[in-house]
Amino acid sequence: MEFDFADEQPKLLMLMYGLVAFVVVVGGLLLLLDVVPAWFARRREAQLVAASASGAPLPRRSKPREGILAIFFLLPTLLLLTIGLVVPAIRTMLLSLMNGSSTNWVGLRNYGWMFSDDSMLRVLINTLVWVVLVPVVATAFGLIYAVLVDKARFEAVAKSLIFLPMAISFVGASIIWKFVYAYRGDGDQIGLLNQIVVSLGGEPKQWLLESPLNTLLLIVIMVWIQAGFAMVVLSAAIKAIPGDIVEAARLDGVSPWQMFWQITMPSIRPALIVVAVTLTIATLKVFDIVRTATNGNYDTSVIASEMYNQAFRYGQNGQGSALAVFLFILVIPVVIYQIRNLRQQREG
Amino acid sequence: MAVFTRPRQAFVIAGVLGLALSATACGTGDDKKSDKAGSAECAPYEKYQGNDGKKVSIYASIRDAEADLLERSWSQFTECTGIEIAYEGSGEFEAQLPVRVDGGNAPDIAFVPQPGLVKRFADAGKLKQLGADTKALAEQNMPADWLKYGTVNGTLYGVPLGANVKSFVWYSPKTFKEKGWEVPTTWEQLIALSDKIAASGMKPWCAGVESGDATGWPATDWIEDVLLRTAGAEVYDQWTTHQIAFNDPRVVDAVDRAGTILKNEKYMNGGFGGVKSITTTAFQEAGLPVTTGKCAMHRQASFYANQFPEGTKVAEDGDAFAFYFPAIDAAKGKPVLGAGEFVVAYADRPEVQAVQTYLASAEYVNSRAKLGNWVTANNKLDIANVASPIDKLSVQILQDKTGVFRFDGSDLMPAAVGAGTFWKGMIEWLNGKATAPVLQGIESSWPK
Repeated sequence: MEFDFADEQPKLLMLMYGLVAFVVVVGGLLLLLDVVPAWFARRREAQLVAASASGAPLPRRSKPREGILAIFFLLPTLLLLTIGLVVPAIRTMLLSLMNGSSTNWVGLRNYGWMFSDDSMLRVLINTLVWVVLVPVVATAFGLIYAVLVDKARFEAVAKSLIFLPMAISFVGASIIWKFVYAYRGDGDQIGLLNQIVVSLGGEPKQWLLESPLNTLLLIVIMVWIQAGFAMVVLSAAIKAIPGDIVEAARLDGVSPWQMFWQITMPSIRPALIVVAVTLTIATLKVFDIVRTATNGNYDTSVIASEMYNQAFRYGQNGQGSALAVFLFILVIPVVIYQIRNLRQQREG
Repeated sequence: MAVFTRPRQAFVIAGVLGLALSATACGTGDDKKSDKAGSAECAPYEKYQGNDGKKVSIYASIRDAEADLLERSWSQFTECTGIEIAYEGSGEFEAQLPVRVDGGNAPDIAFVPQPGLVKRFADAGKLKQLGADTKALAEQNMPADWLKYGTVNGTLYGVPLGANVKSFVWYSPKTFKEKGWEVPTTWEQLIALSDKIAASGMKPWCAGVESGDATGWPATDWIEDVLLRTAGAEVYDQWTTHQIAFNDPRVVDAVDRAGTILKNEKYMNGGFGGVKSITTTAFQEAGLPVTTGKCAMHRQASFYANQFPEGTKVAEDGDAFAFYFPAIDAAKGKPVLGAGEFVVAYADRPEVQAVQTYLASAEYVNSRAKLGNWVTANNKLDIANVASPIDKLSVQILQDKTGVFRFDGSDLMPAAVGAGTFWKGMIEWLNGKATAPVLQGIESSWPK
């Protein structure tokens, strides 16, 4: 079939509108951000010139005006935050106290359901397994890899190899791994894992059906994607360790083992924490992998995918919102820890 | 501080240019007038005229080739009346429709395949009542059974559009002839034939319930079909409306009976592996081994005819055809399980009502049927316009006044069960979990 531009005209027009809107909004914002401070700067300049010409003492910069300027800069952010975050968060909390069609108040029943329903408990346990395993395993892999390839030959090649999966979307990665786990009853196996099992003389298995093994196999996908991120950050931190410290340690005659635990680990601790916290938050929100690989069947569901199902597919807004609020509560301590940590670093 | 910088100039120019472009772009709407109105071929559409240049948006789950046929089916209507129909099909229809409606971005018309979802929108006050013309036409053309499924609290909201018959078992007439097997007409014959085929070394059945987001639905059809046969239509109605528990003993019986086929390692799953492979086999592929001789039978709806590769002869003497899924208890009649979609409106502008009325009319159903692969319960459908043998058989079954027709049960139930725990429960059941705890779990999830 040939591609006819005339046929696609409505779509192209739509695309152009989108581009135009983007330019107008972004251009307009940047323009505002440029014009307003420039206007203030010019005023100030004029005042200074006038003051120096008349020989009077320099006018003091007035505080209230600076306040106005600050508010001007904060306003768009505050507005967007209110519309996009605060209002929906409050609405979700209210919805979580209502029934499925959001018509009656039911108190804490949705939360009661969340912690008593068998399949929901399974979901909570799965999420816990994810949150414990992914940050630990991905960080460990990234760290070991970063230490091993540090200053090795072909370091750049080795690093890009493990960083490549980062460029693949979660959905794409899940599809790739679904092929790895694929099963064919009789005849040739198209799945890599089953082919290995078969060539070792074993029986092919339906990997994604067996709980709790399937959850671990899904976690492998996430680790595969995220280990590259951990490796890059940690490798940069290792390279940032001051050379004289390393040299001093060498002169003291440390073994590589001591070098790792006494020098490298303490030096990269802040980077390790950043990686672990980022991965924890990303893991709490994991949705795409579970949805693509098993759609939450066979006891693999996690909070985020269950939340989507309850609210958007089953019409149970109350239960979906309760899950969303619970997820929100789970993320809060991690975020607080991260903020405190950043503040300490800045002070220290 | 330099005030006039190069980047800033660029933004000023871009911004002004953008504003100017968007202003002119708004002015170039196409004012397409129908010039054919008044000609002879437009005579049947006269009653819809007077809405020239108006636009009606339709949202549905029908995509790809079928959507093309859909758009072709109303091309005459749009040409004659000047009403422009903007059709959009989405694979995420069931999840996106509530989002769009709640967000104030509802389509004018939606084709909803679940009466349960129609009820949800009607209860929330989102749906518009049918116009007088549409209602009169619907009542005249549709069987009462079907109108019942589009009715909520005594008000008719949904007009039935397409339909399908689910009580079919696909088989290969060629293979049956070669091996000397007879098409079974009773449940005993069906089981006897299955045993005979299993003894010959071929797996008698194949099944697959993988369907992406909707994985599990083909298994619910099995249960519904068997329950209709063992317990009868009355119990079935009580079950779908939750007047009896989901795990009523009669339902447990039906599930166990379905299990004698579905969970039987000797019967399952031709060409795909053991019983467990049912949950990971795509429903689109599950019946294909019928034509390659790897399995003999596959219970699936009439629309499965579209799945066979090009060149497959779907006919009574061809590579693939279907027979009626036999009755179990003669006293319960010859029940038929089916499904279809309902046309509901979120707006009541005259042009929207015109489209809705048109979709219920004889002109429309015959125009769509002529394009092939389509069946409806609308009794104005002329069977001469239905080409394929399986569609013909389906229309005969749908228009048979003596048949006991029931709508797909999971589509009637609230989505939390019908599109949620029932599907999930069936997957667990096929994976080896016992009947009682599965049904108990579904029962406890019924929204209160």
